[in-house]
Amino acid sequence: MTKALIIDDEPLARQVVKEYLEAFPEITLMAECNDGFEAIKAITQHQPDLIFLDIQMPKISGFEMLELLDEPPGVIFTTAFDEYAIRAFEANAVDYLLKPFSQDRFCAAVQRYLGQQAEFRQKVPAVVEAAGNQGPLQRIVIRDGSKIKIIPLQDVIMLEAADDYVKIHAGEAVYLKKKTMSSFEKSLPEEQFVRVHRSYMINISQITRIDPLEKENHVALLKAGPRVPVSKSGYQRLKQVLDM
Amino acid sequence: MAEPLIAQRRFYLTFVIYWVIWTIIQTSLLQWYGLEGKIALADSVVTYVLLALFCVTVCNILTYYEPTRDLLLFLIILAAIATGVWGVTDKALLQWLVYRDGLHGELLTKSVPVRFCIAFLHIGWMIIITLFWKRIESEREDQTRRHDLEKMSREAELYKLRQQLQPHFLFNSLNSINALIRSQPTEARKMVHQLSEFLRGTLKREENQMISLDEELQHLRLYLDIEKVRFGHRLKTTFDTLDDTLVCKVPPLVLQPLMENAIKFGLYGTTGEVTIGLRTRLIDHYLVAAIKNPFDPEMQLQDHSGTGFGLKSIRRRLYLLYGRDDLMEINQEKNLFVVIFRIPQPYD
Repeated sequence: MTKALIIDDEPLARQVVKEYLEAFPEITLMAECNDGFEAIKAITQHQPDLIFLDIQMPKISGFEMLELLDEPPGVIFTTAFDEYAIRAFEANAVDYLLKPFSQDRFCAAVQRYLGQQAEFRQKVPAVVEAAGNQGPLQRIVIRDGSKIKIIPLQDVIMLEAADDYVKIHAGEAVYLKKKTMSSFEKSLPEEQFVRVHRSYMINISQITRIDPLEKENHVALLKAGPRVPVSKSGYQRLKQVLDM
Repeated sequence: MAEPLIAQRRFYLTFVIYWVIWTIIQTSLLQWYGLEGKIALADSVVTYVLLALFCVTVCNILTYYEPTRDLLLFLIILAAIATGVWGVTDKALLQWLVYRDGLHGELLTKSVPVRFCIAFLHIGWMIIITLFWKRIESEREDQTRRHDLEKMSREAELYKLRQQLQPHFLFNSLNSINALIRSQPTEARKMVHQLSEFLRGTLKREENQMISLDEELQHLRLYLDIEKVRFGHRLKTTFDTLDDTLVCKVPPLVLQPLMENAIKFGLYGTTGEVTIGLRTRLIDHYLVAAIKNPFDPEMQLQDHSGTGFGLKSIRRRLYLLYGRDDLMEINQEKNLFVVIFRIPQPYD
């Protein structure tokens, strides 16, 4: 049995998917969700294999919602936006359905999932990485236990690499997010965040001073207090952004 | 190409009157010196007809040729040569056609420097008028071109702005219709009609044609009806429109994109039920409309600063239509987002 979820903020859009799903008795619809928050809860509760996911939804987008999952299920996007299609395909989402889609098109997408289930399940995390490629990020969405936090970029002091995670220092708090430094480097606005070191990225508005250390290394002092090492190439990048 | 001065009908009349006056002056002058009336008139007519021809020639030359360098020098030389050639021709003609012994012969010889000076002044004067006319014409031409260009790019821009508003709404609506077809065919049919009417209304509006607020509201209601089908119970609207505002003139499709914007922020910025409010008042010959939507201040929606597409494009349109920047303002009060815009109303 395959467990499925429909996540869409428009009731009629969910109705279409539900109706089309009747052609697949082997797929059980576990729940319908109005938004990303409901979706996270339902995913934790039902552990679905496949989700039908809208992108533009209240408060957090479908991409942002996916980022918050440790083990994302198979994803078939259903959206009226074709802007993200190429990225989703590049990232091997199971499929990308443009609203309004036909029953045939829908069935083809589901068949694709059923036929190549295992293969696609492994590839899904790539979707998450692709989510960062929609132009510069404006905010970072964090899952803190059962709560979902949205951190505006101006509150972010710096990012610090920590094994498979990135530590996000924002105000007094530190959040963990399962993502790579390089994906953050790609998705954060480059005029605001600079990767000054293999393990550090800083918000340049936080810099109060840059002091030379030994040899070609430097150290940056941030408003909030921390001293961050700056490597040789990091210093070059910093000089470029700060126009020194 | 600008119309040359000598192609102007009005100019010819003035030109002829001008020379007639000078002919009369010279005739009187010669008579006063003691010449016989007939001879004085003949002398003046020959002199000024010839001078007029020279002036037209000079004017023609300047209309089609004007050096970019040493213009002043060119003009002086041109005037001098024209004067010289005219002087010699004039004298020869007068001697051949009008010449009488005695007083006329003496006057003819004595007046040569005076005649040269007068001719030089006339020709110079003609040159100045010709050049002046050319400058004014080319300036006027530039202005028309600039104006046309501006108008064209404005129209193109407006067209583009309007186009960008449509696709997502259209596709999502079609998707809703797709859902209704099986379960509620009557509703589906109704929505098809609403959608067609809305789209037709959008397409047929002409940019420069003002419509009444009432018409715009009818169009808006079609839009809202469709959105309510899409978002179901989550979307509510309240209208507070005073009767005296309904006859106000507004540019078409200003209200609807702002409403679209409010709905987007309201629905995507919060998870609960959303009430969008519209209020219109007539204040000091301005139609003042306020559109209110709730938002969650903690959400940090990307477009809160008012740089959202909808707001930016309306601001731009108001600027293009009225040449003013101050017709729209955006306020955030606690968890309400309010867009207020003012449309100047004609005094009558």
